[in-house]
Amino acid sequence: MPSDLIQKYMRIDHLPHIWCAGCGNGTLTRDVAVAIDELCNCSDEKFHLDREKVVIVSGIGCSSRAAGYLDFNSIHTTHGRAIAFATGIKIANPELTVVVITGDGDCSAIGGNHLIHAARRNVDLTVVVYNNNIYGMTGGQYSPTTPRGEKGTTAPYGVIDQPFDIASLAAGAGASFTARGDTYHVRSTIDLIKAGIQHKGFSLIDCYSICPTYYGRKNKKGDAVTMLMNQKNSGISTEIYQKLSEEEKKGKYAIGTLSESNSPEFTTEYQKIIDRAMEKEGRK
Amino acid sequence: MSFKTVLMQGNEACVEGAIAAGMRFFAGYPITPSTEIAEGCAARLPQENGHFIQMEDELGSIAAVIGASAAGVKSMTATSGPGFSLMQENIGYACLAEVPCVIVDVQRSGPSTGLATAPSQGDYQQARWGTHGDHPMIAISPASVAETYSLAIRCFNLSEKYRTPVIFLMDEIVGHMREDVKIPAPDSYEIVNRRVAGNDGAYKFVYRVPEGQWVPGLKPFGAGERYNMTGLIHDYSGFPTNSTDVAQREVTRLMEKVLKNKDDIVEIQEYAMEDAEYAVICFGGTTRAALEAVKAAREKGLKVGMWRPVTVWPYPDEKLRERLPQLKGALMVEHNYGQMLREVERVAAGRIPIDFIGRINGTVIPPQEILTKIEEALQHAQ
Repeated sequence: MPSDLIQKYMRIDHLPHIWCAGCGNGTLTRDVAVAIDELCNCSDEKFHLDREKVVIVSGIGCSSRAAGYLDFNSIHTTHGRAIAFATGIKIANPELTVVVITGDGDCSAIGGNHLIHAARRNVDLTVVVYNNNIYGMTGGQYSPTTPRGEKGTTAPYGVIDQPFDIASLAAGAGASFTARGDTYHVRSTIDLIKAGIQHKGFSLIDCYSICPTYYGRKNKKGDAVTMLMNQKNSGISTEIYQKLSEEEKKGKYAIGTLSESNSPEFTTEYQKIIDRAMEKEGRK
Repeated sequence: MSFKTVLMQGNEACVEGAIAAGMRFFAGYPITPSTEIAEGCAARLPQENGHFIQMEDELGSIAAVIGASAAGVKSMTATSGPGFSLMQENIGYACLAEVPCVIVDVQRSGPSTGLATAPSQGDYQQARWGTHGDHPMIAISPASVAETYSLAIRCFNLSEKYRTPVIFLMDEIVGHMREDVKIPAPDSYEIVNRRVAGNDGAYKFVYRVPEGQWVPGLKPFGAGERYNMTGLIHDYSGFPTNSTDVAQREVTRLMEKVLKNKDDIVEIQEYAMEDAEYAVICFGGTTRAALEAVKAAREKGLKVGMWRPVTVWPYPDEKLRERLPQLKGALMVEHNYGQMLREVERVAAGRIPIDFIGRINGTVIPPQEILTKIEEALQHAQ
């Protein structure tokens, strides 16, 4: 019997999902559902979400199948363009809460331009990246986040490119909230997604997923449990991580909020333009 | 009918016509010779409680437009050749997911960066076949500034009615021309709004077409009907399926919703065709020169008429075919290497000879050149 959460937020008639056994995407999709559920039940009016006003936008790839399984307004778009679609949705109706689910390839390779410009504009979107370091849907090609030296079907001799740190990329482009979660640290990841949705502006939560089928097998990372345990040992809360020496940081990553600022949000600023223009035209 | 007369540029008329049609969202990226449309929208939309956004590229522009339309707002983008090429993938998305939107292509001379400021009609076939896969397409091409205003409204009306992207195929000549436009009173033209879904609140049936309709209704995101939209072949629920039966049914419906409604969608303009033995065929930016040449030919006593598709896709096969029995020949005049010529020859199917004048160097075809060709052809025919 599916859990209450699944009953409530998943489109049960479209399950089982297409993800492989051991894939981290199911856990992350649950995290998104729990984060939204908690905000729907939130009594603080400022942060209360109306489920009917939530739109899940996704691109193409393993990650992006999540939109279809989640019982909200959902739109599964084209490869790389999820953030651009989301920009149109949010600006056309700023009352909507727009959550983008995307992958490392979808948002930082083919969609990289939309990512940095949405971050720069500070449109009030929440981007949840299912970052599994690989193109899973097409069978294991290396992505912009595959670490140097590791393998993919298109990097049989090892990757020589420098990988992206997607959270840093977004922060550098002007995102006003960035954070990192992963598949293992469920509670922290839920809280970070919640914080991202609550944040007024462009927020990005870079969530390390696991892909035992392609990335794991190609790079001898062990089975799904081994990969999860590796996240358990590597993901350290930001407070503790900051105190580590460079030597101690090797092989570790920070879990938590990475950057946060209060810069002007696009739709709020645009409303001021509308108000002024309409007043000048005598329409208000 | 009350109206006011305003001197405006074709690109401005496009903006004003679109706003009159109810367009309240525009996303675009600067490109000559369409940029004035973006500039006009940036200035005008906030006055109308609408939104303008300059996106990072044309890929993002068309994506934002589809997103905004799914959120319930009539949306448009405008571009030119290179940007039109970049938009093609998502034009196909809008076809399959059935999201109404208008894509303005102010054509310039290509290929590639080409002659960036020079006129052309070289995107004619791309407008039809630019995106991959079998898909329906409606494209409309204006010949004057006044027409640009009224046909922009028509583009939105058809897009909303048939839930499909419509290409407004302008060109540099019409886009940058200035002339008087008699702005019609708002109650003098029809405005069509998309039918909003009535699917009993169940997302399961959002793509099921009600009896007697060609398209399902479209409820905006946030209006209380949680459904899924996708660019994958989808069933009635909007959820992806690999069913070959569903693919056959749905792609057929997409094609037929346009092809079986050509009586409603297709519009042509004819001049002096009643007794014409020879037709000059033109569209958009070649129309004026063709008309002038036909008038001059008539003054010389030649039985020549002008035949012009206003709706350039789907092609007005039936209407052209009706004229074939009276014709000894026809002359296709277009600013490209012979793109509409293919359609005319296909329809004529060898029954009459088709002459051709094209232009691919960024200059325009003058009336005298057309007149000379008419005279040669008619001499030859006698």
